[in-house]
Formats: sequence, structure tokens, C-alpha cells
Amino acid sequence: MKETSTNEVRFLELEKKVKRENWRRMWFRFRKSKLSIVGLSIILILLLMAIFAEYIAPYPSHAGLYIAFKNAYKPPSLEHFLGTDMYGRDVFSRVIFGFRYAFMMIGLVLLLVVPTGVVLGLIAGYYRGTFIETLIVRLSDIFISLPPLVLALSIASILEPNIFNAMMAVSLMWWPWYVKLTYSMTVSLRNEPFILAAESQGASTLHILFRELLPIQLGTILTKVTLDAGWVILIGAAISFVGLGAQPPTPDLGTMVSEYSKYLPEYWWMSLGPAAGIVLIILAFNLLGDGIRDVFAGE
Amino acid sequence: MLLKIDNLYVNYRSYWYTLKVLNGVWLKVERGERVGIIGESGSGKTTLLKTILRILPQNGIISKGEIIYEGRNILKLSDGELAKIRRREIGMIFQDPMAALNPVFKIRDQLYDILKYRMMAEGRNPSSKELYEESLKLFNDVRLPDPDRVLESYPFQLSGGMRQRVMIAMALASAGKLLLADEPTTNLDVTIQDQILKLIHRLVIEKNLSTILVSHALGMVYHMTDKVYVLYAGDIMEEAGTKELFNKPKHPYTQLLIASTPRLSSIGVGEGIKGKLPDYRNPPAGCRFSPRCPYVMDKCINTKPGRIQLNNEHVVSCHLYD
Repeated sequence: MKETSTNEVRFLELEKKVKRENWRRMWFRFRKSKLSIVGLSIILILLLMAIFAEYIAPYPSHAGLYIAFKNAYKPPSLEHFLGTDMYGRDVFSRVIFGFRYAFMMIGLVLLLVVPTGVVLGLIAGYYRGTFIETLIVRLSDIFISLPPLVLALSIASILEPNIFNAMMAVSLMWWPWYVKLTYSMTVSLRNEPFILAAESQGASTLHILFRELLPIQLGTILTKVTLDAGWVILIGAAISFVGLGAQPPTPDLGTMVSEYSKYLPEYWWMSLGPAAGIVLIILAFNLLGDGIRDVFAGE
Repeated sequence: MLLKIDNLYVNYRSYWYTLKVLNGVWLKVERGERVGIIGESGSGKTTLLKTILRILPQNGIISKGEIIYEGRNILKLSDGELAKIRRREIGMIFQDPMAALNPVFKIRDQLYDILKYRMMAEGRNPSSKELYEESLKLFNDVRLPDPDRVLESYPFQLSGGMRQRVMIAMALASAGKLLLADEPTTNLDVTIQDQILKLIHRLVIEKNLSTILVSHALGMVYHMTDKVYVLYAGDIMEEAGTKELFNKPKHPYTQLLIASTPRLSSIGVGEGIKGKLPDYRNPPAGCRFSPRCPYVMDKCINTKPGRIQLNNEHVVSCHLYD
């Protein structure tokens, strides 16, 4: 009787300690790299700006269609941090709204791409040597061989060119890379003794896939996700730049660079704002990626 | 009869060739019996154990034979039924305790999963407190000090001996009736080897488990088993009670194997056996030991010897005793 009650106390203490420690340890590893802290803070700030764009932007109405020719072509000043464009819209306000589209693109593409690619890659690696593997791997090869811009072009010509369709096109060529990544890691882990040990204990296929194989790869996958977040912005900007993505007056960063680049070099401030925004967001995600890699590297 | 393997053939297939590894293996384990399998490295001992649990790699093909466990053929069971047996009736201790633990999870997560699976197979739904108490019990069984620290450790934070104890605890968690031990001490240093062996020995007797102990440490097999099978190149060469086998080995291979064991009491090193294991791609058609056998006869080369019953606990597969 006495034994069980001491056990109970030990058990409860352990439970509490474990939950606290796991988070602490991760934060400790992450914190060691100053640059990843910088990356994380930039992303958090940008995210907040994107969410509360209406309240933060000095001229929220300038985001879309708004014309005030008397204000056009104003260089940066206290009133307009990044100057105004050819219609007299405040570039700074438009960039803040641009972050909103950037995060939407990242969210949409990664939400479609990462789960699909990772799950298919795990399955293909686990069922190595069967037709399931052949099917998944060959299918992803086909999609990898389609150039994203050409695909976006054809999708845009079939449907209307907008940011959603552009992101669909990007997702369509992106998921195979996650298949390749998890597939190759799964194949090399598949016959590790600890997987056999789990099987010998009667673990189900689902358990092997998601409790044994996936967690080992999580660090690598998450690092790729954060680095890819930057790439999504870049490709999104490229697609918008050639006019297949978001259409004006949508305040998308890529579209803005494309629109304003016509006024270079005299009105340099117009393209400077959105271009700096793109650089900042990509840089922040890359810094964060390094930090996330450190968090998982120790284990 | 708990486990009966008969006429088992296992091949490893690759693109260019097929390795014919197990060549008609037979094996019987009674309830509570401790069985040893001896033989040199590469003779198919681990393959045999993996076949019993059906955890061969994907290119391992069971081409013929049957493994009857409690009246049911394991090779024909559905995945669900097999999982039940794996979860609560048969446990396996692996060779390398470092490699057999998932490096990214704490011991606690891994052990809890195993216990949870077993309890769910028994139709219970354990709370995490029950799991904790069950693991304390297991750790006490395997004499692991400071269980709280071990539970919260990652495998790399533990010493080799502790890892092996954890492995044994995990195997015990799912070994209700049969424990398979695949060279449980190969990767440990001698003092720990001794402790681990004593531990397994004690646990097996306490819990009345049937055991299959695979090893090439003959001394350990001598002390820990009731019956021994000699496996060479995928063929069972001899089967006998442990004392009988070590005192009166009949098969030339067994004789040479026992003679080549280095002993502290003897002077110099034993003779050893000349030659090496046959090429599994194209093994000898008759007795697989014939190329190395000092008593080789003409019929050894082309005809596979049958099982020859010498007395009620001694079977040998050799043409010398026809």
C-alpha cells in the first residue's frame, strides 16, 4: 500500500517534469544560435503586420484600387516612408498588405505540398520493391520534369490568371521533392534493427510509418519546409512578375515589383519597398531554418 | 509442443542471384524448454529467428516449410493475428542493443508503446500511471537501477549494459510464452556479458518461458539450455540434449566446432576447421559441410543426408551413421 502511494507521487512529479523539460530543451538549443532568433523575430513581426495590416498600415485604403494623382511620384518622406507610386498610393502600406499575400502563398503551398509529399514518400519507402513504390516514385518523376513556370503559364491560360491558380501550379511541381526526400530517408531506415525490433513487438504499419520512421526525419523535413517557404515567395514573385500570378491592383510583392520596375531608375523607391520586403521575408525564413536544424540535430 | 518448425527453406533474392540460406531446417520447442542454436557466423541463425517472427527483409523469401506455433502455422497467419502473437506471446532480444532502440525517442516512449500494444491486445486500455508502474516492475525484473532516470533517457545516454537490460525488459514485455535471444551478449564486455546471461537465465526460469538462445559462445549455451541444435550453412547438422551433445558429439562438424573453441585450460589455440562457409549462391548439392569434412565420402557430395535418430534425444544428419 505504502509502495503504490510513493509510486504515485513519483509518477506525478515525473509527468510534470517531462512536459516542462521537453520544451525547455528545444528552446535551449534554438536559443544558442543568435541568427535563428533574429529570423524568428522577423517572421513573427511580419506575421503580426500581415494579420493586423488594416490597423498598422498608415493608408489602408491604398492597398487596392485608389487613385490620387496629386500625390503621385513622391519620394520617401516622413509622411510616406517608402514614397508613393504612379497613382499616388503609399508604397509602405501596400508592402504591408503584400506580406499578407506572401504568408497566404506560403501557407497554401506548404499545406498542400508537405503532407502529400511526406506521406507518399513514407509509403513508397516502406513498400520498397512493390508496385506501390514504382507507382509513387515514377509519378513524382513525371511531375518533377514539368517546369513550374510553363505549368503556371498553361494553367493560367486555361483558367484565369490569379494568385490561387498560380499557387496550384507551384504545388503541383513541388510535392515530388518531399516524396524524394522522405522516400530516400525511409529506404535507408527501413531495415534498421530498431524498425525490425518494433515489428517484432507487433507494431502496426501505421505505427512504424508515423511513430518510428517519421519522427527521425522530422528535423530534416522541417528544415526543408522553412527553406522552401522562402522559395515559395520567390517563385510566387517570379510568376507574378511575368504577369501570370496576382493581377494588379492586388498588393502582391511580386506584382508590385513587376509594375513598378517600369519606372526605374528615376522612381527607384517604388520597387525598392516590395523588393526589400521579398528579401527580408526570404532571409528570415532561411535564418529560422538554421535554428530548426539545430533543435533537431542534437538528437 | 509450443513451436515446431519443419522443412523450412528461406532464400534471399537479389537481382542477379538467389542466396539459398535455410535448407530444410527443423526445430522443436516444448513448453518451458530452453533450446540453443549454435553454429559459426553466417550459418543462418539470425535468419531462422527472424523467420519465426516473419521480420525478414523484403528480399527474404520463405519458399517452403511450416512454422507451427501452438497448432497454427505462423507463415499463414493474417497480419492482425500475427501482430497479436508478436505483442504478447513472443519477444525477441536483438544482437545490438544500440541499433535496436529508436535513437530519437526516450526509453519511456518506446517502452510505453510496447506495453500499450500488449495491454490493448489483451483488451485493456491502460492509463499512463499503469504504464509507469508496469515499467517499474519490468525494470526491477532486469535489475535496472534508477528507473526514473532511465525512462527519461535517450538510448545514447545509457551504457551498453543498461541498453541491453532495457532491450531485455522490452522483450519480456511482449514475451508471454517464448523468448528469442539473438546473441544477446556479443556486443558487451565480458563482465557485463556474465551479468546479462545470469539475468536472462534467472528470468527464463522464474517466468517459465520457453527460450531459443542463438549464440556462438558454446560455454554459455552449455550452461543455459536443455537442448541444442547445430546449424551449419542453413542445415541442421545435429540435435541433442545439451550434455549429450557436448560430451558425445556425433557429427564431424560438431566435433570440430567444439574442439576449435579456445579454452583457458589448454595450451595454444585449437585446430579450427579448414575452409570456409559454402557460397550460398550455389551451395553443395549433398551435405553442405562435405567440402570441409575430413570424413567426406562419395555419396556426401550428391545426396543430402536424412535425419538419423540415434537415441531418443539425439538426431544427426550425416551419412557416417546411415
